[in-house]
Amino acid sequence: MADLKPIVEMKGVKKSFPGVQALSGVDFRLFEGEIHAIMGQNGAGKSTLIKILTGVYKADGGSIVYCGSQCRFRTPLEAQKKGISTVYQEVNLCPNLSVAENIFIGREPRRFGMIDWNKINSESEKLLKRLNVSIDVTKLLSSYSVAIQQMVAIARVLCISSRVLILDEPTSSLDEQEVNELFEVLNKLKSEGMAILFVTHFLDQVYRITDRITVFRNGTFVGEYLTKDLPRVELIFKMVGKDISAMSAMPQKCLENVSDNKAADSLLEIKGMKKQGSMNEFSLDVQKGEVLGFAGLLGSGRTETARLIFGIDKPDQGECLVKNELKNISSPSDAIELGLAFCPEDRKTEGIIDELSVRENIILALQGSLGIMKYLPRKKQDKIADEYIKALGIKTADAECEVRTLSGGNQQKVLLARWLATKPSLLILDEPTRGIDVGAKFEIQEFVMSHCKEGMSIIFISSELEEVIRVSSRVAVFRDRQKISELSGNDLKEEKIMHTIAGGQ
Amino acid sequence: MAGYNLRNIMGKISKGFSSASRSGLLWPLIFLGLILLVNAVINPGFFDIEIKDGRLSGSLIDIMNRSSYIILLAIGMTFVVATAGIDISVGAVVAISAAISAYLIGGTLVVENGVQQYVSFMPMPVAIIAALLIATALGMWNGLLISRMGLQPIIATLILMVAGRGIAQLITSGQIITIYYKPFFFIGGGYLFGIPFSIYIVAAVLAVVMFLKKRTALGLFIQSVGINKTATRFAGINSSNIILWVYAFSGFCAGIVGLLVCSNNKSADGNNAGYNMELDAILAVVLGGTSLAGGKFYIMGSVIGGLIIQSLTTTIFSIKEIKPEANLVVKAVIVFVVCLIQSESFRKKVAGVIFLREKKSL
Repeated sequence: MADLKPIVEMKGVKKSFPGVQALSGVDFRLFEGEIHAIMGQNGAGKSTLIKILTGVYKADGGSIVYCGSQCRFRTPLEAQKKGISTVYQEVNLCPNLSVAENIFIGREPRRFGMIDWNKINSESEKLLKRLNVSIDVTKLLSSYSVAIQQMVAIARVLCISSRVLILDEPTSSLDEQEVNELFEVLNKLKSEGMAILFVTHFLDQVYRITDRITVFRNGTFVGEYLTKDLPRVELIFKMVGKDISAMSAMPQKCLENVSDNKAADSLLEIKGMKKQGSMNEFSLDVQKGEVLGFAGLLGSGRTETARLIFGIDKPDQGECLVKNELKNISSPSDAIELGLAFCPEDRKTEGIIDELSVRENIILALQGSLGIMKYLPRKKQDKIADEYIKALGIKTADAECEVRTLSGGNQQKVLLARWLATKPSLLILDEPTRGIDVGAKFEIQEFVMSHCKEGMSIIFISSELEEVIRVSSRVAVFRDRQKISELSGNDLKEEKIMHTIAGGQ
Repeated sequence: MAGYNLRNIMGKISKGFSSASRSGLLWPLIFLGLILLVNAVINPGFFDIEIKDGRLSGSLIDIMNRSSYIILLAIGMTFVVATAGIDISVGAVVAISAAISAYLIGGTLVVENGVQQYVSFMPMPVAIIAALLIATALGMWNGLLISRMGLQPIIATLILMVAGRGIAQLITSGQIITIYYKPFFFIGGGYLFGIPFSIYIVAAVLAVVMFLKKRTALGLFIQSVGINKTATRFAGINSSNIILWVYAFSGFCAGIVGLLVCSNNKSADGNNAGYNMELDAILAVVLGGTSLAGGKFYIMGSVIGGLIIQSLTTTIFSIKEIKPEANLVVKAVIVFVVCLIQSESFRKKVAGVIFLREKKSL
């Protein structure tokens, strides 16, 4: 491969944002017919590099050579026209248009000057078939799951005759089966000679599919390696930049808090709750200082359960006891008043208020519980914001930065800060580590442990079984909108949970 | 010494400049200044303020007085727009409020022994409170349709916009009610300490609103709802109630304007009171820098926006070369230019073109 000329070659690329040097002179090469991963922690500069390559941002310095000639894309459209297509981390499609319209928007095939709908629909079906998805393409995009939407986003770029395909966290919302299907497609494209840039936080996937890895750390270039020559431990070492033995001192589960006297320490108890079309009847309980894990595939009812508990959706029936007292939770504000907190799965649409500052995002829930008239004095707000920025290591120039300028992992930390500021007794975390890097993942897991040691209860929802097992003392397993089992003690093993999910008890 | 002073002054100016630019008021202020300057050139006595019969009079006072309608509506509209909504019913609510107050005060001229008696059908405070309450209730109706029924703001308020004129005409039985009750005229046409009373009303509403924005969490919540309604609800804030009250407040502001219009015209005309005022109010909000997409909002910007529109109208009328039939077109062209220059992406594009030319000529 060494004698091949790279299709993309970036040298000494620099980019700074107000108060932050996002990239300080990084190099990057991409070859045809290979899958290349960029690895690095949150804020390492992965997204920034991609955005420079695709024309979203302008680089402050450095050179980009594409197909042998010096170039600089001014707009994403220009990059796309020259054959660089991108699927971004968060699905950027129009939920109110049909699937087919989304795939062909902006380049509708025409017949006699009119849009050729038959062709759009049949072509869309064909494209999705290639991804092993067969759905009604005339239905609205919003009627499908996030996973399908992701596939549509990929189908959209696949049909442009592209030479470079960039996938930014394409698998973070896909389940195992869907990931396999995606990888099949990627391998096919690779054999057709496409250069694929793949950004992910899943190490397994990096080793399964990529040929080459480039590592960034804090906006600097660490190195470029062939995947087969770079052991995992070393990769993590290079990403984190500190000794791995410090990292492997895993946070310990806190089982000591879980007492035998269930009734006395019960924090939340749900009895026979159900909502038609969303979740079948279920019961569960959370004790004080306990981490209860939710395991199950995407759409198995984990998030639906959390939404019912937090009063976002109204259950058709069921009782809810908080500290052994019957309570009625009919809205998030009721839930917050009872000491509950909920970090939703989709942080872009349900979590952050992107145009508000970090400070405003952090105090929002606390202020919400205080009401309109008891406005926190500005000094107090600054103090709270600074305190959590420090405690959680949020990377931001200052508390007044708009939260949308932060990287995904840091936005997640801002959300955590928002809920911690309300001093909750039960914190529900829905996929808190999705789309964030190993280092931040550990930080968030560690954070979960340390807070439950202080007596906070946590419901931890994650698609990564290994993670659920590590932090939880008990795991509720979900399948097909039903809570099918609860595992604890020696049963807390990946295999056992997978079998339970699969149905082979 | 003089040099030092100059530098000091320049420093202060640039400091004020940057703080204005940060608060989003820079461009609106520049336009207002420009329009006033044009006036001063055309009419050298434009900035003069004199005292006539114990009242301040002059073009500036006149503009402030006349812009009170737009400013009041724009203040209410700003909150609505900040929640990513719009209220096109305010003109109709102005007509209803005017009709109610006129109806309750009554349109009878009572003359005894050649002296006019001031007789009202209902006591004046009752008429005022009733008009304001009903206007607020109408705003709440909009808010309910939008926050509880999930109607699009433009559709929900369109219903009241259309129905409202009808309601106003029903109240006045299709007639123009003329009022003869003099105390009521004070609200829209009176003077207090030499300054038009309507300016005090604007100042009072503005003071309350600025207090709410700065000293309570209302501003934060409204912005938050406007940027991301779902996430705001998930953070435990009742988004629906905020939307409801924002429209109620817009109705309340329209109610005040209804009183001013009725009092100033000494009559209530269901057909024409507040006609097209909603459009001027929305324009004032946009000129003030608040985006129709919701989120960050600028109350003072809207106030300045209202002043811009009114001084523009005054200016066009005072330039004799512009034929009256061309007034609206000239106004539209100027507004168009102002909006273009305020758009950051347009400014960048223009700067880019100029920059490119320079490069080529080198």
